[in-house]
Amino acid sequence: MQFLQPATWAEALEAKAAHRDAVPIAGGTDVMVGINFGRLRPALLLDLTRVADLRQWDTDDGAVRLGAGVPYARVITELGDRLPGLAMAARTIGSPQIRNRGTVGGNLATASPAGDAHPALLAAGAEVEVASVRGTRTIPVTEFYRGVKRSALADDELIAAVRITPPSGPQQYSKIGTRNAMVIAVAAFGLALHPARRAVGTGIGSAAPTPRRAPAAEEFLAGELDGLWDSRAELPAATAARFGELVAAAAAPIDDVRGTARYRVHALSVMARRALTWAWLDYRKGDPTCA
Amino acid sequence: MSAPTRTPAGAPSAVGGPGGRIGDDARRPDGVLKVRGEFAYGSDLWMDDMLWGVTLRSPHPYARIRSIDVGPALAVPGVHAVLTSDDVPGEKVYGLELADQPVLAFDVVRYQGEPVALVAADHPDTARRAAARIVVDYDVWEPVTDARVALGHPTWNQVHDSPAEVTELSRESADLHPHGNLVRHLKVRRGAPAPTADVVVVGEYEVGMQDQAFLGPESGLAVPGEDGGVDLYVATQWLHVDQRQICAALALPPERVRLTLAGVGGAFGGREDLSMHVHACLLALHTGKPVKMSYNREESFFGHVHRHPATMRYEHGATRDGDLVYVKAEIYFDGGAYASSTPAVVGNGGTMGIGPYVVPNVHVDCYGAYTNNPPCGAMRGFGSVQTAFAYEAQMDALAAELGMDPVELRCRNAMEQGSTTPTGQVVDSPAPVVELLRRLEAMPMPPAVPTGDDVDLRDMPGGVSNTTHGEGVRRGVGYAVAYKNVAFSEGFDDYSTARVRLEVVGGEAVATVHTAAAEVGQGLVTVEQQIARTELGVEQVVVHPKDTAVGSAGSTSASRQTYVTGGAVKAACEAVRGQVLELAQRGVGRPVADLRLDGGKVVSDVEGIALPLADVLGEEVVEETVEWRHRPTESIDPETGQGFAHVQYAFSAHRAVVDVDVELGLVKVVEMACTQDVGKAINPQAVIGQIQGGTAQGLGLAVMEEILVRDGRVQNPSFTDYLIPTVLDMPPMRVEILEYADPHAPYGLRGVGEAPNISSGPAVLAAIRQATGLPLTRVPVRPEHVTGT
Ligand SMILES: Cc1cc2nc3c(=O)[nH]c(=O)nc-3n(C[C@H](O)[C@H](O)[C@H](O)COP(=O)(O)OP(=O)(O)OC[C@H]3O[C@@H](n4cnc5c(N)ncnc54)[C@H](O)[C@@H]3O)c2cc1C
Repeated sequence: MQFLQPATWAEALEAKAAHRDAVPIAGGTDVMVGINFGRLRPALLLDLTRVADLRQWDTDDGAVRLGAGVPYARVITELGDRLPGLAMAARTIGSPQIRNRGTVGGNLATASPAGDAHPALLAAGAEVEVASVRGTRTIPVTEFYRGVKRSALADDELIAAVRITPPSGPQQYSKIGTRNAMVIAVAAFGLALHPARRAVGTGIGSAAPTPRRAPAAEEFLAGELDGLWDSRAELPAATAARFGELVAAAAAPIDDVRGTARYRVHALSVMARRALTWAWLDYRKGDPTCA
Repeated sequence: MSAPTRTPAGAPSAVGGPGGRIGDDARRPDGVLKVRGEFAYGSDLWMDDMLWGVTLRSPHPYARIRSIDVGPALAVPGVHAVLTSDDVPGEKVYGLELADQPVLAFDVVRYQGEPVALVAADHPDTARRAAARIVVDYDVWEPVTDARVALGHPTWNQVHDSPAEVTELSRESADLHPHGNLVRHLKVRRGAPAPTADVVVVGEYEVGMQDQAFLGPESGLAVPGEDGGVDLYVATQWLHVDQRQICAALALPPERVRLTLAGVGGAFGGREDLSMHVHACLLALHTGKPVKMSYNREESFFGHVHRHPATMRYEHGATRDGDLVYVKAEIYFDGGAYASSTPAVVGNGGTMGIGPYVVPNVHVDCYGAYTNNPPCGAMRGFGSVQTAFAYEAQMDALAAELGMDPVELRCRNAMEQGSTTPTGQVVDSPAPVVELLRRLEAMPMPPAVPTGDDVDLRDMPGGVSNTTHGEGVRRGVGYAVAYKNVAFSEGFDDYSTARVRLEVVGGEAVATVHTAAAEVGQGLVTVEQQIARTELGVEQVVVHPKDTAVGSAGSTSASRQTYVTGGAVKAACEAVRGQVLELAQRGVGRPVADLRLDGGKVVSDVEGIALPLADVLGEEVVEETVEWRHRPTESIDPETGQGFAHVQYAFSAHRAVVDVDVELGLVKVVEMACTQDVGKAINPQAVIGQIQGGTAQGLGLAVMEEILVRDGRVQNPSFTDYLIPTVLDMPPMRVEILEYADPHAPYGLRGVGEAPNISSGPAVLAAIRQATGLPLTRVPVRPEHVTGT
């Protein structure tokens, strides 16, 4: 196995262009598991941890540009206020060790339907910035996931960053696992209220071949909230319940070792209802961030 | 009279310093190394010129092997040997109780993951690539995956009114072994054959397959010896039973198969059977080079036996006042493809399958069956864990039926000293079942946890996954009590050997304790030191590496080592002490009254003598080797199950407090409280460790731990999907230790390790049932069992 360790972003892109079968490695929390289990036998590992650009975040035109190599621990401590949904998702990931190593870029490239960053990124309407020696392009996250563990990334491309507009309203993230920490999602749900745009964002994890939104639920809720954004009046319980049902209806889960399809659908309806209830309570308190 | 109890509060005390005697929190000799990550485990074994061995395993649960072509593997550069069953020089099958498991498969494979061939190469990756090139031609058969189907027994219909059905097996799969699919059928018949009662409760229960989930995978290093023999360094549980089986397979005498214990990273029963032992030796003898084998996590799941899954049907009859009249039980253990310790597991399940209660009429049928599921064998709690889930659920169901408090019902029927067990054995040492339960009841309850705005997600079901801020959360409290035999039963010649030496080293008297008892993390090495310090009055005690140069210590299992090897060390120390006191009197020139060893001196208070031990010993080396046995047990009657089967019982009880999100089916165990009678806490801190660990393992089985097997195939051979409790799943504990001495045991002690593993899970289940109002007859409980989706 060959090991390349580019020091700059330009070198990294050149290396990837020259060796398209090279496997990039950031935190290594997916790659090393694959290697240790003998599922992955890369001829060449492309270590991205020396590329300083990837490990930074900044704000650009109001949006946060989060380098693909920023570990979850920093998302939580440095961006909890600006990116509350993603930070909540990050808190559910693995253990402290995994959160110190694992990155959003790695989660995106793995593109597992169970990846925890995805529902939060979908709800927030994030964009993925990818680059190659050919240039840079921006992919809306909704178009990034192409199938089970398949993404829109070309074989000479690397993920540079994700761009997320900080929310104008509360966000929530919930995940079901069969233990209380360090668990892969049986089902997950991300919610973002966008009062400035009078819109609602959703993201569903582990309940379809790819992470996906629940468009009908978003539309329904945006319609119901139409008169409530300004009054900040109480949300009827029936609205939250209906929202939950519509989120669940957007899922297309399977039975597997982690849970049954029926349970996943049920759990999504409960999580979505509760998440909305909490988010709306926060909104009524005038608190754009939460929990 | 109430027993002396210990209620450890907060941080463990630092009593003991470098030393520590019986009853002290003596420090582990291996503690600092382990905490610092410097302890050498089996997987750290290394020799510069060693080869790496790997195993080719069957992908099928059941198939005939038509042919094996090792040629392509041998052609890989770097490969030194490729071996199959044809290369096994001695017995081609082995086993703990019945020799029925091939060293390497021949003719037929009976479970997914069964070893078929071995490769040794100069690099582990080379060996793995070569193994993948071995061509095995299989004729795949349909696996038998249900214990009752394997035995040709009908499905149950007592609870559900469906007709009984017997599933026909296909011709080739009808019998997995020449002697059929029944490993053992144990019958207990006591009292009236057809008793009746005012109130009857029937239940069917199922327990999934738990794994020991030890962190240190199977590892060892075999080094060929100049005498044509082999030295094996291996992480294991019972050196001598390994040696016996390896000798048979290699056709070598014991003096040419020498074993030394390598660092063991947990065992819990999973290392009682052979794994890579014979394989590494075969490769080493064939290549003339040291061969290391170390499983990765996935292979480890296929490389050791698991806890037997069980299906159980119970019927309890009681008077309206709540006196148990009868218990009928049918218990099926799925032993998987090979016998391993299934006969003894059936022994425990059957003889102790109704729990620590007095019942005049008992009718138990306990079966162990062969199937094409993964082989199952020893695991902490050994046949008693499964039945406790059933009998304690039955006690709660009966209490509900009678409108009685569940603890009252248990106390009313509790076993005590002098009670007779269903096997007709009189309990001849303290059995404080009632006190264990009453003490639990008297403990304060944990407070309700804040919800809503004040919520700390770590306290909620689901933890930081943020699934509830209190919505849907209901609290439940459950109690369970259990008992289990300590040491080997049913007439087994259960002994341990200890060699103790006392000599002067650097001006100080130093004791060396040499036993073959495997230290698997439980702290026996500490106990051996404590006993020697206590008996010989010395500070320095060296624990000799565990090996086969001394006689067998028996298995590190059945909660037995502190009892049996502890007893052997004590006896050997006493023999040494006798000699030293002799020497002292010879020195004084006359008999001296009231002589003892204390503080490095030979002391007589009566005569005012205090001679430095080092002076008394001088150049003498005093050494004694003792083989020590506990009271003999006897085999039980095959038709009635009556007999003095067990030498000692351990008792523990748990109270579990849980919060359940009933809408999502997620569980947060809020608190576990445990009371246990340990006879004498030789090392209180280690006792607490055993109780906490056993409790966690029981909790794990109750709510998450299961090897999922579909059509004979393991679905989750990794820690990604085989979940064990984290710090957010295992709550703080309240522990009260009772010390009622067992007059038959050394220091009055009772084995500690298993009992808390047995009562913990059923208490959690009882609490979840109370919170949800659901019957929940299957463990582990999954979220969908609670939500009904
Ligand atoms: C114990 C454990 C627990 C875990 N728990 C969770 C969990 O709770 N939730 C969850 O979602 N995940 C979990 N994971 C999976 C993993 O931690 C996450 O997917 C993580 O985000 C991966 O990030 P990484 O930086 O470690 O990726 P790596 O392993 O370094 O890489 C992952 C993939 O991304 C590619 N890659 C990395 N960076 C780039 C880049 N800049 N451009 C292009 N491709 C790139 C790699 O080639 C590889 O295909 C867990 C893993 C472990 C071992």
